[in-house]
Amino acid sequence: MKRVNLVITIPVFIFLYLPMLVLAVASFNTGLDVATFKSFTLSQYANLFRDQTLLRLLGNSVLIALLSSFIATVFGTLAAVGIFSMKGRMRRAVMTLTNIPMTNPDIVTGVALALLFAFTGTMLKINSILGFWTLLIAHITFNFPYVILNVMPKLQQMDPDLQEAALDLGCTPMQAFLKVVIHEIMPGIISGALMAFTMSLDDFVISYFVTGSSFITLPVEIYNYTKKPIQPKIYALFTLMFAVILILMVVMNLLQARSEKQPRLHNEKRRMQA
Amino acid sequence: MSKELIRLSNLTMTFEDGETILDNINLYINDKEFLTLLGPSGCGKTTTLRIIGGFLTPTSGDVFFNGERINDVPAYKRKINTVFQRYALFPHLDVYDNIAFGLRIAKLNEDEIDERVTEMLEIVSLKGFENRKVTSLSGGQQQRVAIARALVNRPRVLLLDEPLGALDLRLRKDMQNELKLIQQRMGITFIYVTHDQEEALTMSDTIVVMNKGKIQQIGRPEDIYNEPKNAFVADFIGESNILDGVMLEDYVVKFFGRKFDCVDKGFEKNEPVDVVIRPEDIDIVPPEQGHLCGTVTSVTFKGVHYDTIVDFKGFKWLIQTTDYCPVDSYIGIRLNPEDIHIMHKSEYSGLYGDYSSYSAEYDEIADASEEEADEE
Amino acid sequence: MKSKLLACPYIVWMILFTLIPLCIVFYYALTDSVTGQFTIANLASIGNYLPIFLRSIWLAMFSAVICLVIGYPVAYFIAQCKPTTQRFLEMLIMLPMCMSFLLRTLAWVAMLEDTGIINNLIRAIGLKPLPLIRTNGAVILGMVYNYLPYMILPLYSVIMKIDPRLIEAARDLGCTPRLVFSKVILPLSGPGILSGLTMVFVPAVSTFYISQKLGSPGTTLIGDVIESQFKTAYNPNLGAAMSLVLMVLIFICVAVMNRFGESDGEEVIAKV
Repeated sequence: MKRVNLVITIPVFIFLYLPMLVLAVASFNTGLDVATFKSFTLSQYANLFRDQTLLRLLGNSVLIALLSSFIATVFGTLAAVGIFSMKGRMRRAVMTLTNIPMTNPDIVTGVALALLFAFTGTMLKINSILGFWTLLIAHITFNFPYVILNVMPKLQQMDPDLQEAALDLGCTPMQAFLKVVIHEIMPGIISGALMAFTMSLDDFVISYFVTGSSFITLPVEIYNYTKKPIQPKIYALFTLMFAVILILMVVMNLLQARSEKQPRLHNEKRRMQA
Repeated sequence: MSKELIRLSNLTMTFEDGETILDNINLYINDKEFLTLLGPSGCGKTTTLRIIGGFLTPTSGDVFFNGERINDVPAYKRKINTVFQRYALFPHLDVYDNIAFGLRIAKLNEDEIDERVTEMLEIVSLKGFENRKVTSLSGGQQQRVAIARALVNRPRVLLLDEPLGALDLRLRKDMQNELKLIQQRMGITFIYVTHDQEEALTMSDTIVVMNKGKIQQIGRPEDIYNEPKNAFVADFIGESNILDGVMLEDYVVKFFGRKFDCVDKGFEKNEPVDVVIRPEDIDIVPPEQGHLCGTVTSVTFKGVHYDTIVDFKGFKWLIQTTDYCPVDSYIGIRLNPEDIHIMHKSEYSGLYGDYSSYSAEYDEIADASEEEADEE
Repeated sequence: MKSKLLACPYIVWMILFTLIPLCIVFYYALTDSVTGQFTIANLASIGNYLPIFLRSIWLAMFSAVICLVIGYPVAYFIAQCKPTTQRFLEMLIMLPMCMSFLLRTLAWVAMLEDTGIINNLIRAIGLKPLPLIRTNGAVILGMVYNYLPYMILPLYSVIMKIDPRLIEAARDLGCTPRLVFSKVILPLSGPGILSGLTMVFVPAVSTFYISQKLGSPGTTLIGDVIESQFKTAYNPNLGAAMSLVLMVLIFICVAVMNRFGESDGEEVIAKV
């Protein structure tokens, strides 16, 4: 059984990574055609760092991703705590609301928001409403469910007595949240925030509908590029981002593995003081 | 005893679905008293505890602490601490930080915190465990941390919600003694919730027996055991044979068509009553000397004694005796006046105290289903 | 009581930016683009696009099934590895999801093109080049490639949750490994299979980029049509009507899938 699965698993991983390998190879190619490798060069990387526009677009993407995931994490976590204390119909209604952006295809979410903005634009008589703010609103909206759906299970897993124990020991409800509850749900908050950040950074479909020429993110620009012959420095950018994300993920993996084993540091520190 | 510390008056708790959890509870608790709320699951004992702790607000009725009404005082402002059923230790803190938690919230200086935590660690015999992760401790050790964490704040009252429920038998016995010692040494009022009657009898100054949201009886352990007020209490605390009888006059009761002398008085003439006979009080004698004679239908070896079921005219009694009587043997029993306890008829009459369907595992099965339904 | 209020900003936000936009989609779908009058002409004209709708559904379903067939063994394999290996493989599955799907799709273009890498190889060994790009097959390949992780992750998390004692119990009761799989593991993976199918089907049926790049004008999908209504043909009312129909369609498909079993999608989605 296991051997059969392995025979399928290896080709699947090759299938998943082959196209990325192709792009990585293309980033070192002197020729313009991806299909034929002429000779090795690093000039695409040099071009990339010389291209102010491209770097600015990357900055835009990171800015939107940071802002939207931060806001969604803060308010989403609070909301999860609020939803958790709700019961019955109220809770089901809010969870349905949360699931709308998850189950709706991106294109519908994008179109719906675009229409909302167009509608508001006509109402307020603003000609070009699409830009930074509409993009931010859209990203916060689709980031919220990732935070909530990651934090809620942690709240459910938490021993409800913990919060009461904190109150019992003299915490105000606010202190109980900050000193106890937040520690318990932290893994959910972090994974929700990370998920929101990557989704936001990589989002194309929704951004495509809700942004205008005044503020463009990298994926939208790449889409515009791909209508023309693509510039190889994009491949260099892709390869760099791949490396960064790979390193980040490996580091996170190692940290996680280590935190499960090692006794924590601050204990040692206190022992020294005593 | 010393002066009154907590008073619950006309406490009623009804949940949203209309279910009544507490029905007009009246109770006072003295300072430095070890009081146990005892009853089967769903009887309202945990709810009572949570109301005292400030985690639930009663539907009606009042809670007084030191003469002051504290219904609206939030949990964190009460000089009451709790040992939770499943410990509720903070997993992100080590043993030391767990115990110091309440003191840090109260913003004591670190020197005093250190002094008090160290003292507490000694009291619960956990010296040297300061920097251990609480998740790496055994159940008994976690229990000690939970107790220390609550006691270090020097509360006037400590609430304990089935704190020994998750420990094995041996450890539970040790902890019972230890808890009692700690309570006496620190001079703190303990309010203890359990469904284990033996635990209640061992540790308490006062036992409050509860069922279906009502208090059934309040008293010292000896009184509860020897003078149960109704069939429920008689059955829940220890084993009891409960029979229908008629009180002919003071000190004379009639059952099984025979008059018996007893030590109870104050009943109406010819009042129908419940008669309680504890299985360990019954003396087995040869048939010709017996007040009553019957046939042994089953014998189970229990270690200290035999559980012997005897059929008296179709009504089966449980007798606990060290004398082995084989099945089908015909025996007699004698009852001394002080072995017979008379109770007024109650809603529980006829529900308990018949051993016709007795089996050795019966109690354990009942316990198991209780554990499962242990969500109050 | 008070903690419920913490959800207020969120609820207000979600009403403003998910519920109201959907209402506006309704509004646009039912009004005329020029006069702004109520009309059902937009919805009625969708009949012309019926073949495109059917093709979208067919391709997306086919892709979802392929994802299941190749994704299940992978998820099962990962679930049987040691915990450290598991974490590493899970990461490898998630990593492509973080990378630009536009560029990864372009890489397939470079491979499948008539003068692309695969055809170059074929030519190099002296065979006739194959028509790979601009076919239904290429579109399905693009869908499977892009959405396969969305199938593997929920499957993996469901398989991981199966109590190993159940498998031991099944063995104890006389199941061969094959029977353990078909009688215990597969039925218990039900919720993961359903949410995996949903999570592949929904983005696949509404994609426009994959079909633009890997398909031909003959393989236009519903997403392409909607996109063009907003970006080139500029008829947002027709676009809104189509979005509405697409939404209803997906709703029906998901409901039908969920009828096969009670899935707790909430949890599984959270895992992804």
